Amino acid sequence: MHTRIPLLICLIAGVLMFLQYFSGHPAAKAIYNNILDWWQIIFAFTLLVGVLGFIRNNLRSISRKKETPFKTIALMALVSMPFLALVGGTKIGSPFMWVFEYMQAPMQATVFSLLAFFVASASFRGFRARSVPAAILLVSAVIVLVGRVPLTEHFSTSLSKITFWIQDYPSMAARRAILIGIGLGSMTTALRVILGIERTYLRGER
Amino acid sequence: MDIGIIIAGLLTLAIYSFLYRDNPVYKAAESLLIGLSIGYALVIFWQTTLVDRLFRPLFNEGDLILIIPLLLGLMMFSRFSQKLTWLSRLPIALMIGAGAGVSIPAMLYARTLKQISASVAPLYTASGGFDFSALVIILGLLSTLAYFYFSRRHEGAMGKMAKAGTYFLMIFFGATFGYTVMSRLSTLIGRIDFLLTDFLHVLR
Repeated sequence: MHTRIPLLICLIAGVLMFLQYFSGHPAAKAIYNNILDWWQIIFAFTLLVGVLGFIRNNLRSISRKKETPFKTIALMALVSMPFLALVGGTKIGSPFMWVFEYMQAPMQATVFSLLAFFVASASFRGFRARSVPAAILLVSAVIVLVGRVPLTEHFSTSLSKITFWIQDYPSMAARRAILIGIGLGSMTTALRVILGIERTYLRGER
Repeated sequence: MDIGIIIAGLLTLAIYSFLYRDNPVYKAAESLLIGLSIGYALVIFWQTTLVDRLFRPLFNEGDLILIIPLLLGLMMFSRFSQKLTWLSRLPIALMIGAGAGVSIPAMLYARTLKQISASVAPLYTASGGFDFSALVIILGLLSTLAYFYFSRRHEGAMGKMAKAGTYFLMIFFGATFGYTVMSRLSTLIGRIDFLLTDFLHVLR
């Protein structure tokens, strides 16, 4: 029962959502919209479960005196956001949005920009034209890198044109082939999930 | 100076301190970011999903069908109990099944048919000229697909096509890499501009 009921729910939900595409009936659209709403509601609950798990793990680490200051900071930060939202609301200019604007957003952007250093150092170490494919990769990357710099356009417009041509044609051709592969693979996996062949979400129980 | 700018500047420097090496200042900033991000997501999901889509319609407007997702959502908490953990599979099954059902036509349309139709373009233009770029697209698409086709040995013509496919893939990886580096660099420039202009007032 522990496995059959979830498989049955998965089958019914999957078939319903698939079949509604072939119907313009208002009832089909209503079912589709309802299930999408339910999907988002359940997703929000999974987030709550994740947050509770995070709090539990951090409290466990604190009780074991493992990285106590950092775990405490994380927990206090987590609690502070709902508290600020509760006290001052979430409109622009509220303490909640102030913390987002002056603390969270700058740190997120900085972490994102940190990757520029790591990508640059990795490319210095890894970019070696040892074979024809490696040389093609190197040339393509260098052209796009240089061609995307605004300063390049002051000296020559042709490099910028070559960059856009590479991105729009040979690169796009390979991208489309990868997307077609992803599409076919996703459809196959979705079909396997609906039919109950792929059931890893049940932790592999048979 | 605005206190917000000072805090943002100090936190930016705390994150950049990782470039020297992993240190307590970076770890503290990282923990702060993790906590704030989770707290922010929690508030946004609570407001936009749980309040707007569930609690208000259910309790204020009497939309009783929403009891079903409420119960399914509450079942997710059974993951904390070893005996009842199987209950959490019911909402997961609904999410996965619905997601799979929606994805089949969507994938067929957006990822497969749309990509094929966009690639099939006339090789000769209306003025009678040969369109080299259209040839590159169709050759690149077919050769890359040949590279990913594993049901036949990559020998002879198939092998040559697959090899050409690897060249197109390398162009794609190189171009994507270059584009990604440029996007990261523009973010880096933005942060340095903030530090030098707003925080340190070195640039005006």
